[in-house]
Amino acid sequence: MDTVEAKFKALMIEAQRGDAAAYQALLLALSGHLRAFFRRRLSGDPDSGEDLVQETLIAVHNQRHTWLPEEPFTPWVHAIAKYKLIDHLRRDTRRAEDPLPEDDGHALVEDSLHDAATARRDLGRLLAELPPRFRLPIEQVKLEGLSVEEAAARTGMSASAVKIGIHRGMKALARSLLGGRDEHR
Amino acid sequence: MNTDELVQMLARGLEPTPPGVAQRRWTLALAASVPVAACQMLTTLGLQPDLLQVATLPMFWLKLALPLALCAGALRVAARLARPGATLGASAVWLVIPVAVIWSVAAFALLGAAPATRPALLFGETWRVCPLYIGSLSVPMLLATLWALRGLAPTRLRLAGAAAGLLSGAAAAGVYALHCPELAAPFIGVWYVLGMLLPAVVGALVGPRVLRW
Repeated sequence: MDTVEAKFKALMIEAQRGDAAAYQALLLALSGHLRAFFRRRLSGDPDSGEDLVQETLIAVHNQRHTWLPEEPFTPWVHAIAKYKLIDHLRRDTRRAEDPLPEDDGHALVEDSLHDAATARRDLGRLLAELPPRFRLPIEQVKLEGLSVEEAAARTGMSASAVKIGIHRGMKALARSLLGGRDEHR
Repeated sequence: MNTDELVQMLARGLEPTPPGVAQRRWTLALAASVPVAACQMLTTLGLQPDLLQVATLPMFWLKLALPLALCAGALRVAARLARPGATLGASAVWLVIPVAVIWSVAAFALLGAAPATRPALLFGETWRVCPLYIGSLSVPMLLATLWALRGLAPTRLRLAGAAAGLLSGAAAAGVYALHCPELAAPFIGVWYVLGMLLPAVVGALVGPRVLRW
């Protein structure tokens, strides 16, 4: 357990310095742990697990400034995952009080098509619904891999507007995940 | 988008995380809101006219020290609650000590006073308005501290809201102390504390709704 903590912490410190490879390794390792964490706690509802993994990863990303290098890393992630789980269970209870949603008859087929790493919520579609000032910087920098300057030149936005667009866009994405899930089911 | 693609997207073009985001946010919140509350106090209530003479009395400084100490304590607690996984530890002690001190002083004052003068020590002239004024002066700070928390990551929303409220109430009581004519410890121990609890209750009530992320 301590070696996991030491590994995560070292990676996170590198990530805080802007090392994308360390960050990617950290998030990949985390997603495995998170998947197990949520699966164990959502035995009756396995499909929500991957939703929560993705939601937690985005939350870790958006809130990464609240982790301090002098503090342990695992409790920080655990608290975020637990928070997202409780939030999800609350929404679920609220939903259970509503009348059952109309079933479109495809649910069975769709469920069987689900693979382990696919969330019910399609982030790609949520991203497409964001306004262009958020969507374009995220698509060009985060998906196509352009530099901030290249994306700025291509969109005609300033470099700082591109950075702000990415930052706010990720928050907006997290919000649409929170708000949209209820209608989606 | 599957989870591996999401991870790739999050990591691509990663920028270094600037240090001290949380401190800056708390500082900004208080620096923007306390002057507003001070102006609100100066324009609607006014400074205590004999402030300079009163400022020579120890009780005046005790009246000011209670909210300032609670302000510092509540800021510590709120800052911890804004970080996932941070334990409260001993930080809550700093909320208890100032209240314990003022209550001890108040108890001595009441015990030492002639029974007939005790109600005056407790109720003063302004007990009806004191908590309400503190509550209304706390509004700018409550809005600002809730804003600060929204940019951080509280996981216990009711508690975080209450801490933000207490912080706001304590700052407001500090501002109000410059107007308030009362100097008896029993008065401060009851009505100031009630006034500071008012925004704390509001914060606890709105926290789960406002602070969700």
